[in-house]
Amino acid sequence: MAYLGRAALLLAFGLVAYALVAGSYAAWKRRRRLAHSAQNALLAAFPVTLVAAVLLLVALGRRDMTFVYVWQHTSHELPLGYALSAFWGGQEGSLLLWLLVLTGYAGLAVWLNRRSRELIAWTVPVFGLVACFFAFMLCFVSSPFNVQPAGSDGQGMVPSLQNPYMLAHPPLLYLGYVGLTVPFAFAMGALLSGRTDERWIVATRRWTLAAWTFLGVGQLIGAHWAYVEIGWGGYYAWDPVENAALMPWLAATAFLHSVMIQEKRGMLKVWNMVLVALAFNLSLFGTFLTRSGVIDSIHSFAKSSIGGWFLAFLSLMIVLSVALIRWRLPLLRTKTRLESLVSREATFLYNNLLLVALALTILWGVLYPILSDAVRGETRSVSKPYYDFFLHTFGLPLLLLMGLGPLVAWRKASLRSLGKTFVAPFAAAVATGGVLLTLGFGSSWPGLLAYTFSAFVGASIVLEFVRGRAAAGGVFRLIARNRRRYGGYVVHAAIVLLAIGIAGSSAYQTQRERVLTPGQSIEAAGYTLRYSGLTDVKGPNYTGFRALLAVSGHGERFNLSPGENNYPIEGQSNEASIYHDPHSLGDVFTTAQLIPKSNGKIDVKVFVKPLINLIWVAGFVFVAGALIAMWPDAVEQRRLAARYAAGAAPAGI
Amino acid sequence: MGWALALAAMLAVIAVVFVARPFLRDPSPASDRLDELAPEARERLALAEERDRALAALKELEFDHRTGKVSDEDYRAQVGPLRRRAAEVLRALERGEGARHERVPDPGERVP
Repeated sequence: MAYLGRAALLLAFGLVAYALVAGSYAAWKRRRRLAHSAQNALLAAFPVTLVAAVLLLVALGRRDMTFVYVWQHTSHELPLGYALSAFWGGQEGSLLLWLLVLTGYAGLAVWLNRRSRELIAWTVPVFGLVACFFAFMLCFVSSPFNVQPAGSDGQGMVPSLQNPYMLAHPPLLYLGYVGLTVPFAFAMGALLSGRTDERWIVATRRWTLAAWTFLGVGQLIGAHWAYVEIGWGGYYAWDPVENAALMPWLAATAFLHSVMIQEKRGMLKVWNMVLVALAFNLSLFGTFLTRSGVIDSIHSFAKSSIGGWFLAFLSLMIVLSVALIRWRLPLLRTKTRLESLVSREATFLYNNLLLVALALTILWGVLYPILSDAVRGETRSVSKPYYDFFLHTFGLPLLLLMGLGPLVAWRKASLRSLGKTFVAPFAAAVATGGVLLTLGFGSSWPGLLAYTFSAFVGASIVLEFVRGRAAAGGVFRLIARNRRRYGGYVVHAAIVLLAIGIAGSSAYQTQRERVLTPGQSIEAAGYTLRYSGLTDVKGPNYTGFRALLAVSGHGERFNLSPGENNYPIEGQSNEASIYHDPHSLGDVFTTAQLIPKSNGKIDVKVFVKPLINLIWVAGFVFVAGALIAMWPDAVEQRRLAARYAAGAAPAGI
Repeated sequence: MGWALALAAMLAVIAVVFVARPFLRDPSPASDRLDELAPEARERLALAEERDRALAALKELEFDHRTGKVSDEDYRAQVGPLRRRAAEVLRALERGEGARHERVPDPGERVP
C-alpha cells in the first residue's frame, strides 16, 4: 500500500511538472494541443492525488503501524474519527491535504473556464508551479508513505487535538488557504497573457469568496476549539499560527472590497493584483509558520526541516508576483480617478488601507521574534498589548467605516445628502453610547466605542434594508436584484455581532481564582460556585477526574464539572466546563486543577464572559451572508456571457 | 508489492493516455495555433466592460436616488454625464460592430 501511495505521488508530481513546463511552453509558443494536454495533466493530477490520500486514510483507519506517519500520530486506542483526523494532524499529511485540495480546485476552476483559452493557457502553468512545490515536498522531502517494521503501539495524538472541532477546523483552514491560490493563479495568468481586462475577476469571484468564507469559518471554529479545549478562558491569543490565518483573511477582505471598485469604476487594477498576490503569499506564509516549527506556538505540532524549502518557495513566489506586476504596469494603469474623497469608493479605499495596515502590523508582530533572533541572537516576543493596540487603532475605525460606507453614494456625495442619511444611525449610536456610559460601561473605552460603533453599523444596515425594501417592493426582490451587496450587509451584521461578543467577553469579563476544599465556594460576577467533591471519569483512551461545582446566581441553578484527563500515551489535558446562559448570551467558564497530595483540594478558575455566545452566532450569520453573496445570479451570468461572447472573436478569423 | 505495481502502472497508463488525448484525437490539425484576442477584439471587450460599468452606474444612481441616499440636486448633476458616457460607449461599440459585420461569429466564452 505504501508503495502504491509513493507511486501515486510520483505520478502526481510528474503530471503537475508537465502542466508547468509543457503549459508554459505551449502558452509562450501558442501551441493549442500542447496547452490542452497540459490542462489535462492538471485535471488528472487530482484523481491521482486522491488515490494517495485514500491510501493514507486507509492506513490511518487500520492503525497500520508499519507507516511511520501512522505510528507518529495515532495509537490503537485512539478512536477512529481522531485517527482519521491525523491526516491533517502531522506535517506530511497536511502537505498531502494541500496538494489534494489544490489539484481539486485547480482542475475544477480550469475546467469551468476552459473556453477562455488565452487566459487558461497561462493559468495552468501557474497552478502547475504551486502544485509542483507541494508534490516535490511529498515525494522527496517529507513523504507520508515512509515505512518501518511493525512493532510497538503508536505515539498517539496530542490530547488537545482529540476534540470534535479538530475534525473541521484544519480542513476548513486549508480549504481557505489553498482556495486563495485560485485568484492568484488567474491573476498571474492574466498578467502573463496580457489579458488584464475583468475576465480573471469574473472567473475567480466566487472562488475568492468561498476561500475567504472557509478561512473565516475555519478561524471561528479554531477559536471555539481554543476556548473549550485549551482551558485558559480565552479564544484568541494572538498566537503566531492564529495570526497566520488572520493575515490572508484580512488581505482577502481588502481584495473583495477593492475589486468592486475595479468592476464599477475600472480603477485600482494594480492594487487588486497586489492584494491577490499578498493574500496568496500570506497563505503560503501561514502554512510555513504552522509546519516549519520556526516559532513556538500551541499549534506547532511538528518541528521539522521543511522550513528552508518553504522559505525558498515563498521568496520565489513573492519575487515572481512583484516582477509580473511591474512588467505589466503599463497595461494595468487606468485613466479613471477618484472624483471625491466623500464617496463610496473612497470609503472602500480607507477600508482597504486599514485592513492592509492591520495585516502588516500583525505580520510585523509575527516576524519580529524571528528577525530579532536572526539579527541579534536573542528572541524578543511581541505580546498581547502590541496586538490589542493595533486592533483598537485600526479595528475600531474599520468597524465605523462598515456603517459609513453603505450610506455614502458612489462617485460623489454632498454634505446635505450625508446629513439626511446619517441622522438615524448617528442618533442610535449616540443613544447607545450614552445609555451604556450611564450604566458604567465607561470602565473600558475600547469596549464602549465598540458597542457605540456597532449600534451605528447595525442601524445603518437596518436603514439600508428598510429603504431598499420600499424602493424594490420587497426584501426578497431587494436581495435578489443585488445579492453581493445585501449578502455583504449580512456579513457586516455578522461582524457587528462578533465585535459586540469580543468587546463583551474581553473588556467586561470577570475572572476569579481560588484553591477550594470540598464544601467551600467561590464567587464571581453574582454567581456562587460551591465545590462538593471529586468524581472519576473514564473515556475510550483516557481516565480522569471532574470537580463537582453547584452554581447559583442571577436566578439560575446549574452544575459544572471541570477537571483533567490523563491519556496513558499522550499525557494530560485540562477539561473546562462551561455554562451557556441563554438569557445574557454569556458564559460561566470554569477549570480545575488538582492540588497534589492535598486530599481533594482543587485550584478553580472562574471566568464570567458576557455576550461571548454572540461570537459563535456571528459564524452562522457570516455563512448566511457569504452564501447570499455567492449565490449565482442568472441575469448577471447572461450579461457577462454576452459581454465575452461579443468581445472574444479570436485573431485570424 | 505485485498488485501495487500493477495498479501503479495502470494509473500511469490512464494518466498518460488522458494527457496525450489532444494529440491522439487530432494528430494532424489544420491549425495548431492557440486562440488569442486580436487588438480590435480587446478594444471591443474594453468597450463592453465600460458600457456595463456605465449602465450599472446609472442603475445604481437611480436606486440610490429612490432610496434617498442621493439628493435631487446630486442626482441631476450626476445623471447627465453618466448618460452621455453610456451613449458614447454604445455608439463606439456600434461603430465596431459595423466594421466587423462580415466576420464569422465566435462561439464565445462560457462564464462559470
